[in-house]
Amino acid sequence: MKCSRRDLLKTALTATAAAALPIAAFRFLSPAEVRAAVADPALRWGFLVDTEKCVGCGFCVKACKLENEVPYDVPVSRTWVERYSVTRDGQTHIDSPMAGRDGFTDPKVRDEAIDPAEITKAFFVPKLCNQCDNPACVQVCPVGATYQTKDGVVLVDRDWCIGCGYCIMACPYGVRFFHPVYKVAEKCNFCYHRISKGLKSACVEACPFGARQIGNLKNPEDPVTRIIMTQRVAVLKDEYGTKPQVFYIGLDRNVR
Amino acid sequence: MEPMIVHGLEWTSKELFVYPNEFIYWSIQIVMYPYMTGLVAGAFVLSSLYHVFDQKDLKELARFSLVFSLALLPTALMPLLFHLQQPLRGPNVMLTPHFTSAIAAFGIVFSTYAAIVLSEIWFVYREYFVAQALALRGQQGLGIAVKRLLYQALTLGAYDTSAPALAKDKKAIRILAGAGIPVACFLHGYAGFIFGSVKANALWMSPLMPVIFIMSAVVSGIALCMLTYIVIMKWQKFRAVPAKGTETAQVLGGVALEDVIGKASRYLLGFLVAAISLELLDLVFRGYTAMKSWDILRSVLYHKDFVSIFILQYGVGNLLPFALLILPRLTIRRTVLALIFILYGVFMMRWNVVIGGQAFSLSFAGFMQYHLPILPHNLDTFKEGLLGALTVAATPFVLFWLINKIVPSLKFEGGR
Amino acid sequence: MRNHVWRPLYLVLGAIALLLVIRYFLVPKDFGVHGINFTYGFHRAGNIPEWQAVPVKYQGRESCTECHPENVAANASSKHAPIQCENCHGPALNHPESPAKLAIDTNRELCLRCHAALSTPGSQRSRIKGIDPASHNPGIPCRDCHNPHKPDLEDMQ
Repeated sequence: MKCSRRDLLKTALTATAAAALPIAAFRFLSPAEVRAAVADPALRWGFLVDTEKCVGCGFCVKACKLENEVPYDVPVSRTWVERYSVTRDGQTHIDSPMAGRDGFTDPKVRDEAIDPAEITKAFFVPKLCNQCDNPACVQVCPVGATYQTKDGVVLVDRDWCIGCGYCIMACPYGVRFFHPVYKVAEKCNFCYHRISKGLKSACVEACPFGARQIGNLKNPEDPVTRIIMTQRVAVLKDEYGTKPQVFYIGLDRNVR
Repeated sequence: MEPMIVHGLEWTSKELFVYPNEFIYWSIQIVMYPYMTGLVAGAFVLSSLYHVFDQKDLKELARFSLVFSLALLPTALMPLLFHLQQPLRGPNVMLTPHFTSAIAAFGIVFSTYAAIVLSEIWFVYREYFVAQALALRGQQGLGIAVKRLLYQALTLGAYDTSAPALAKDKKAIRILAGAGIPVACFLHGYAGFIFGSVKANALWMSPLMPVIFIMSAVVSGIALCMLTYIVIMKWQKFRAVPAKGTETAQVLGGVALEDVIGKASRYLLGFLVAAISLELLDLVFRGYTAMKSWDILRSVLYHKDFVSIFILQYGVGNLLPFALLILPRLTIRRTVLALIFILYGVFMMRWNVVIGGQAFSLSFAGFMQYHLPILPHNLDTFKEGLLGALTVAATPFVLFWLINKIVPSLKFEGGR
Repeated sequence: MRNHVWRPLYLVLGAIALLLVIRYFLVPKDFGVHGINFTYGFHRAGNIPEWQAVPVKYQGRESCTECHPENVAANASSKHAPIQCENCHGPALNHPESPAKLAIDTNRELCLRCHAALSTPGSQRSRIKGIDPASHNPGIPCRDCHNPHKPDLEDMQ
């Protein structure tokens, strides 16, 4: 019947018109633009954490908060240090008081006293954003407020973020949080303002023991790259396929 | 000076080792959001059962649930606006949608669905709009003039109410109702995808999540429409008690209320069984495969959230109404009880998924507990607290009452 | 007589057109795919220079040497040499323009970060000389006896 065919066409047109909206968005994917985008392949930031050297002083966390204006007296931080105390019974006691901002001065783990004689090994693990190669947090941002730069750092556009928190839920490492003042997503960005000027990240500079290093993974002469290529290193939670670019020396099996 | 609030800190208590930046960020409003979109989807499917599948007994209920679906639509936006840390930037999702994100689909799917519902309502009520516009012609008064202009605008200039024209309307309704079913499913399916695709969350990550959400959404939508319909019909009957004082059976277009509700209950049961089967399947699979996260998940599912999941959701929210509906000699009263339990059960399902997924730390070595803010003392605890949730819950009824003034969806007898 | 069933569609198309117009005005012109692909590189290009322009707070040891050579020299030959000046004195920012003076933190907590003795077998920390803060001169600032710039025990006051 003529009538039903028209109505069918009408529905088809409605659907096409509705689809026109996403197709309009895809104009951003012009091939020329994409080709031009892959401009500087010679720089890819990578990080090295040596847990054998970390003593849990927390100067890195303090420096990070002050350098990046993350409010000092709140428990959230762009970077943090975890303490692991493994006891003879096989239990692992983990804590990170105020993200390790004041270091670790109390032998009690979260108000639980542990007999020092029972501790078989204890160590400190600094953590920060892994600036993943396949960042799940970027994939789930609904508005394009968080993104990966050409040199591998994942940034957040504070003026465009709507504060939905999807990126925070999507990060397997728990590095993201809501900035208490700006009310948008926040996370470590390797001190992008410093490394772009040839300085080192604040935490790298502050660490007295050289437990944190930053380098260019694309430069084979870079000391960080050299270690990653020649020594045994590990990454956190690689089962998620995010391809983290923070490498760990001495990563224990108990590390979460 | 803006108050410095660590979002989530106030209503989260941590146990054992939880990463410093972890709090319960997706709280009550993120429970409300899939609940409201689920009601939207379910209401529309119920309406389509009449328009597409010619379930003649459901005619009046169908018209009502279509309009109620429209009232639910803007309500579904509210939890999101309450939750966003930057609600004024909410439109960014429409301006620069990043389509690799399930949330970005929101703008498109929501708009498409709104277009379909509005169009379908237009076709259903066009004859009524024309009649109103013509009837108000020539009458005096500012209020009348406004009303007339409104109905004239609503006709979109299509005044032809001859039989062939109305037949075209009917055809259009059928097509829209048919096209709307997959869109309504998509609207809620993507909400399930939002959770199911988060690989970082051991409880949410599952390909079954979108399907589970759709099934329980349809359950809740049908249940809400049935419940609201019964309440309204009983209220109207109460107001129009015949002078003789005898209780007459509620008759609508020749069909008794009991029959309509009984028919709808059968569909409800079908979707209910599907929903709970999928959830149990998910649970069994997790326990059997026992992945790295299973230890902490088991603590949450079988210990910390045991009452919330097995007693409240599965027991009170599923088994109990199932039994109530399946027992013979179903009465309206028993149906109402079952419907309330079902609506509660679907809500608990959303709660157990959203809050339950944040009950354990990403470290798999600690727990978080959610303390719903009851009495707000700042904007945050209002928006993401009990009062915010109640505001959202009340809105569809307010909107429905308003919409009903223009598009009457309840007829006591006779009518189209 | 044109078929009236198309009318809602015209409305929808009009709404879409309106949205596209609004988008043209509200979306920053430099918003697009600037990285490797749409998944990871969809953003406002102007945001990158914004992040690069954030002021640097920690200036580093070299900027201290010019005016405070004795302290830097004393520190350099001591066990505290690896510790950056700003770790204890806070970020230099625009010192000496602003702030005119950097804090001298005499709180015991500062020293306890490394020197609170903890049971950490297998960790580098156990090789740092530590004390029990509850029994080792409680309440007295560490620097009353130990020179923070040259804390070697031979040089104790």
